[in-house]
Amino acid sequence: MNKYQVVTTISYPKPGANGKTGNWRIFKPILDKQKCVKCLRCWIFCPETAIKRNKDDTIDIDYDYCKGCGICAKECTVKAITMEREGKQQ
Amino acid sequence: MAIKDMPTEECMLPGNASCPGCPATMALRIVLKALGKNTVMTVPACCTAVIESLYPNTSFDVPVMNIAFEAAAAGASGIEAALRQLGQKDTTVLAWAGDGGTYDIGLQALSGALERGTNFIYICYNNQIYSNTGIQRSGATPYAAWTTTTVGGKTEFRKEMGDIIRAHHIPYSAQTCISYPEDLYAKVKKAKDIHGPKYIEILAPCPPGWRFSMDKTVEMGRLAVETGAWTMYECENDIMTFNGKSKLILDKKIEKKPLEEWIKLQGRFSHLFKPKRDEEKLKLMQQHIDQIWERYRKCP
Amino acid sequence: MTMMIDTGNYIAAKAAIMARPAVVAAYPITPQTTVVEGIAKYVDTGEYKGEYICVESEHSAMSACIGASAAGVRTFTATSSHGLLLMHEMLHWAALARMPIVMCNINRVVGPGWNIWADQNDSISQRDTGWIQIYCSSNQEIFDTVIQSFKIAEHEKIILPVMINYDAFVLSHTSMPADIPTQKEIDDFLPAYKPHWKLDVNNPITFGNIIAPMSYYKVRKAMQDAQEHAKTIIPKITKEWEQTFKRNHGGLFEEYKTEDAEFILISSGALGAESKAAIDELQKKGLKVGLARLRVFRPFPTEEIIRLSKKAHLIVIDRNISIGNEGAMFNEIKAALYQKSDAKVIGYIAGLGGTDVTYKDIEKMCEKAVRGKTKTNEWYGLRED
Repeated sequence: MNKYQVVTTISYPKPGANGKTGNWRIFKPILDKQKCVKCLRCWIFCPETAIKRNKDDTIDIDYDYCKGCGICAKECTVKAITMEREGKQQ
Repeated sequence: MAIKDMPTEECMLPGNASCPGCPATMALRIVLKALGKNTVMTVPACCTAVIESLYPNTSFDVPVMNIAFEAAAAGASGIEAALRQLGQKDTTVLAWAGDGGTYDIGLQALSGALERGTNFIYICYNNQIYSNTGIQRSGATPYAAWTTTTVGGKTEFRKEMGDIIRAHHIPYSAQTCISYPEDLYAKVKKAKDIHGPKYIEILAPCPPGWRFSMDKTVEMGRLAVETGAWTMYECENDIMTFNGKSKLILDKKIEKKPLEEWIKLQGRFSHLFKPKRDEEKLKLMQQHIDQIWERYRKCP
Repeated sequence: MTMMIDTGNYIAAKAAIMARPAVVAAYPITPQTTVVEGIAKYVDTGEYKGEYICVESEHSAMSACIGASAAGVRTFTATSSHGLLLMHEMLHWAALARMPIVMCNINRVVGPGWNIWADQNDSISQRDTGWIQIYCSSNQEIFDTVIQSFKIAEHEKIILPVMINYDAFVLSHTSMPADIPTQKEIDDFLPAYKPHWKLDVNNPITFGNIIAPMSYYKVRKAMQDAQEHAKTIIPKITKEWEQTFKRNHGGLFEEYKTEDAEFILISSGALGAESKAAIDELQKKGLKVGLARLRVFRPFPTEEIIRLSKKAHLIVIDRNISIGNEGAMFNEIKAALYQKSDAKVIGYIAGLGGTDVTYKDIEKMCEKAVRGKTKTNEWYGLRED
């Protein structure tokens, strides 16, 4: 990446520009891969780009950044994602 | 386009400064999937300026020019002119502004850019308030909604931005909502391939601003469309086409749900229900929506 | 080289297009209008091949220039008075973004009431925006300064916008001859634009996002450093111009007959040109008064002021007023000398609202100053009628 020399507000792209936002979370989305029908609704609705879409259209949740809004669980038509309180024994 | 056919490429990076459940980042992801990396954005003061996060980092993987509150469209005119001179004719110029920066303080610059034919896409993500400054009324705030500057509820109806835009007779304008990603994606994609000024407005239900729980962003948008509080349409060369549920409502294939089903879920309208129901205002609000639909039915 | 006899505005328009900006965005305002018209004419004849954006306000003019500059091209605009004031927010924006935009500002009275004549309160009130400010005194100087300003603005140690100021009507609408170099000569002096940063789809950056206090503090310091650099770079660039075109209107100052001066008059703009005739008259009378016409107000030429004060006492005429205090140049000149010089500084306010200031008036002011008769904060020529 080329960095410009001039001193002004020039910022460069970086995942976690605002830190590991996963630590904002109170409720954590838990995915049941058995139930997932690969509809990708959770992926497209995730406001945080925290749901990773795999080549086979299965998904993984990026807990480093997931803020725990719960939209994925709410919009999942087959209830493959459930929200659990952080720190609860799994 | 089906969700699974949308590109995996992400221009919005995770770990940004948006609130959990933010409709703006949700919309941005889809918009930038449709536009791709060959896009230059200009962003006025709005939540997105915060979402970009703190210097020297940014959560945007496309070039972004932050500009003053009222200046997004004018800045876009400059960018577009420069890119044309540089021979970058295939780069999309996107002005991305909130409803405050569009309906109110940025209206003059927007009207100017539309009138002079700037080849760009202007997207207003409309959360019906000044959310970045902490929930104040805007020209897009609905009647009776609580905001920090309309403590007893707004006493005026929102302005019809779509009417103002259509009075410019630009090649393409549209309304959509974050709850319908296929519709949003298709409209942005279509706009990308049309030359001239394009305007798209996205209803963006804001959990802290509207006072609902952060997992209900999508649901709140869906209900806005199903109750007719928001309309999804596109207007190409002055011809209106309604889309999705809005088309079914327009054609009277389905009844729109009572407005109350949408507003009762939002804390900003809670004073209409307790301590006692304000029948008069509820009736007035329903009538207002009904009148808008009557007007739509007369559109060419 | 060809001779053009035309008004300051048409000559500014000619200079602007010869600098080959890719984008011009402007909005008309009296007395700047003929700059806009001049450029429109060159668009029509095909002499100007860049983009000409007719925006709906000066705020948008500056915003469009900022957008274009950020996208990586050379930009130009022109305005005056209320137009400049409407731009105020974006003037700060352009300077903080380190955009080498060049703008002509035709110094005009600020209303109300409506008055389109010359005074400098419009540009003086923008002195803290980070823009370099140059004041011209002839149409030839306007032409030369417009070209030089792009080179100043784009210099790697400066990278700041430049505002070229000249008087309403006295210069903007008065025809004078000016030598116009060939396009080749201009191109040799001012090479094609290379941006120092830009909105690049292959190297995405975000400009202007949220910045923490210490980082912002550094941005401010960098701007200050750039202005400091400009103090030496501006005279170098005018010298370079002189080598090719055999003309130099001065670096930060134009000095006139200051060799044996006991008093040096500091004035600016058209009034500065008028001052030369006054100096001739004064010296004929045996009064040792010279002239230092201030060209560059930002960066403020502190060291030069000190140098002048070692030679002579200073008389300052301000065609502006910082209401509640005094003339801006008088004020800043005194501050520059604090604990550095024992020279007397005598200040006049003159010509506000476009009132005429002839060389006879300037002569009278200087004579009175030399004789020690000037009142504190004297408003010259203010009549009771």
